[in-house]
Amino acid sequence: MGNQQPLVQAAPGSSSSTPLDRYRMMRLSRRFEETMEEQFHEGQVPGPLHLSIGQEAVAVGGCCHLRQSDAILSTHRGHHHCLAKGAATDRLMAELLGRSAGYSLGRGGSMHIAIPEIGLLGTNGIVGAGLPIATGAAYAMQVQKNDNVTVCFFGEGATGTGAFGEALNIAALWRLPLIFVCENNQYVELTPQSVHIAGDIWRRGESFGIPGARVDGNDVEAMAEAMETAIARARAGDGPTMIEALTYRWSGHFVADRAAYRDEAEVEEARALDPLISARALIDDDVADAVDSKIEEEIAVALAFAQQSPLADFDSLSIGHYAGS
Amino acid sequence: MTDISVETRPLKFWQGVNQALVEEMERDQNVVLVGEDVAGPGGPYGVTRGLLDKFGDLRVRDTPISEAVLVGLGVGGAGVGLRPVVEVMFFDFAMIAMDQIVNQAAKFRYFSGADMPLVIRTMCGAGGPNGAQHSQNFEAWYCGVPGLKVVMPSNALDAKGLLKSSIRDNDPVLFIETLGLLTQRRDVPVGDDLLIPLGVADIRREGSDVTVVAIGRLVDRALEAAERLQEEDGISVEVIDPRTLSPLDTETILESVRRTGRLVTAQEATAPCSVGSELVALAAESCLSELKAAPIRVASPFVNVPTPLPLAEERAPGVEDVMRAVRETIQGS
Repeated sequence: MGNQQPLVQAAPGSSSSTPLDRYRMMRLSRRFEETMEEQFHEGQVPGPLHLSIGQEAVAVGGCCHLRQSDAILSTHRGHHHCLAKGAATDRLMAELLGRSAGYSLGRGGSMHIAIPEIGLLGTNGIVGAGLPIATGAAYAMQVQKNDNVTVCFFGEGATGTGAFGEALNIAALWRLPLIFVCENNQYVELTPQSVHIAGDIWRRGESFGIPGARVDGNDVEAMAEAMETAIARARAGDGPTMIEALTYRWSGHFVADRAAYRDEAEVEEARALDPLISARALIDDDVADAVDSKIEEEIAVALAFAQQSPLADFDSLSIGHYAGS
Repeated sequence: MTDISVETRPLKFWQGVNQALVEEMERDQNVVLVGEDVAGPGGPYGVTRGLLDKFGDLRVRDTPISEAVLVGLGVGGAGVGLRPVVEVMFFDFAMIAMDQIVNQAAKFRYFSGADMPLVIRTMCGAGGPNGAQHSQNFEAWYCGVPGLKVVMPSNALDAKGLLKSSIRDNDPVLFIETLGLLTQRRDVPVGDDLLIPLGVADIRREGSDVTVVAIGRLVDRALEAAERLQEEDGISVEVIDPRTLSPLDTETILESVRRTGRLVTAQEATAPCSVGSELVALAAESCLSELKAAPIRVASPFVNVPTPLPLAEERAPGVEDVMRAVRETIQGS
């Protein structure tokens, strides 16, 4: 389970701080998901797959200034958050492929990954469910009197839940060390956000006294900078911040969704703003090429690891429901 | 608790809960208490009075009326090392926090392999003039959720010993207190080491003719019924309080049912798909051929809880209802 040592170490995403580190993690996330998409089409992913391709800068900028002891909450679309917080590529891949070396022994799949030892308190199958949990993690950090912080990633769809309002109120009231990161990818499941969202999300905290910022979520440097400010504020005990990161969901809601409800031209326009292009532009080409080929190796090793791991079997289903089981 | 060398003192149910919280919070800095009105006011019925002064407003904390966040405080807190006790004021309000209880707390270990040492305290039953949205018994709903433990004490001794064990337990525990029992007294040993294990039923009265499995408020009533049936009819009734509803101590219960051949269940909840239903199913599956009569469920009628207290009390099953059911199982055989 969660306390096994990873066989292939993920890049140190939880402590990366240079543009090179950030590019590396974004590239890893991109190639990870492209590989999983291929595996899905080959029938090797026994569950739904919600891809974050095109949204990597939000997760990597969102996590690059975090410590391992800081906590994050992720969503149903959370592979990039997992990797950026330090999940091992191979075990994450194994989980998605339904293999017993996965973080939940291959029984959970991509929406059910929690790795508390690296501060990942869960991807989630319930939209908005991470918001209450994030307040709890941040409250615990206050009780423990350390200067750790909690980052709660959520999509714009989650702003429609009651838990969103509850969480904003208590975070402000208790000055919780909590950063709300709304990863606004323009689509809520199968409908555009015009169907879901009134007003400006980044200003939703205003009346609670929570400072807000709208950030280009395709620019990892801008994202990292906004997070640095918010994290410093939270570590200093000055309370929560709301960041709305504007990005775009390149894929459908899930892999099999062809997203026929939107214009191909719109998608092409978004793809031209590929966050990996601007991240790569900050480093030398030959260095970037070397990173790319290293990642190909890591992905290949991880895939081989996952494929060699036995498929989750029925006997494993009873494991881990109660302490000692 | 028959050892006469142990010094005991009569405690009310609420005092048992209060003492358990005090002792565990003194013992472990990671134990915190959060909930609506738990700190300043000490809870709507005073169960948590005095804790704020003892432990300060960081560890004993009033929350806004935000049930989802309230239970989430516990889930997230437990996820990073606290042992939170969260109070959901009335069981009816847990409906609003259902996602955090069922989809989040109960799944955490399955997903991660990590501990989720969370206690969710709540109050059930029709013990006051509180009406249809502040009086319900939903304990059975949660017994079908793998990963969750469900504890329902019927007296001060069990309330104290089971709550202390629940706080030290590394799995999420739904701890259901009963409004109608808060001021009921029972002798409780003095000292801070009273731990009653989860998952172990208590045979409150030994008997040979009929097994009555009672929970919550019906345990005392079943004991009184047993006493009267012995006096009036010469019927020997065994009364079992499961105390923990999930995981259920099926061994103790089935051993008794096999021995007596008759089963009556007694609860404040309505009958359909209830704990009583589960017990009857268990007996039918496990020892049908050993039953001398059809089992009977004593439960509240399938109507909402009325607000006027006399009506609410009339709705809840009483001593006479248990007696009638027991006699019926004897006559029916």
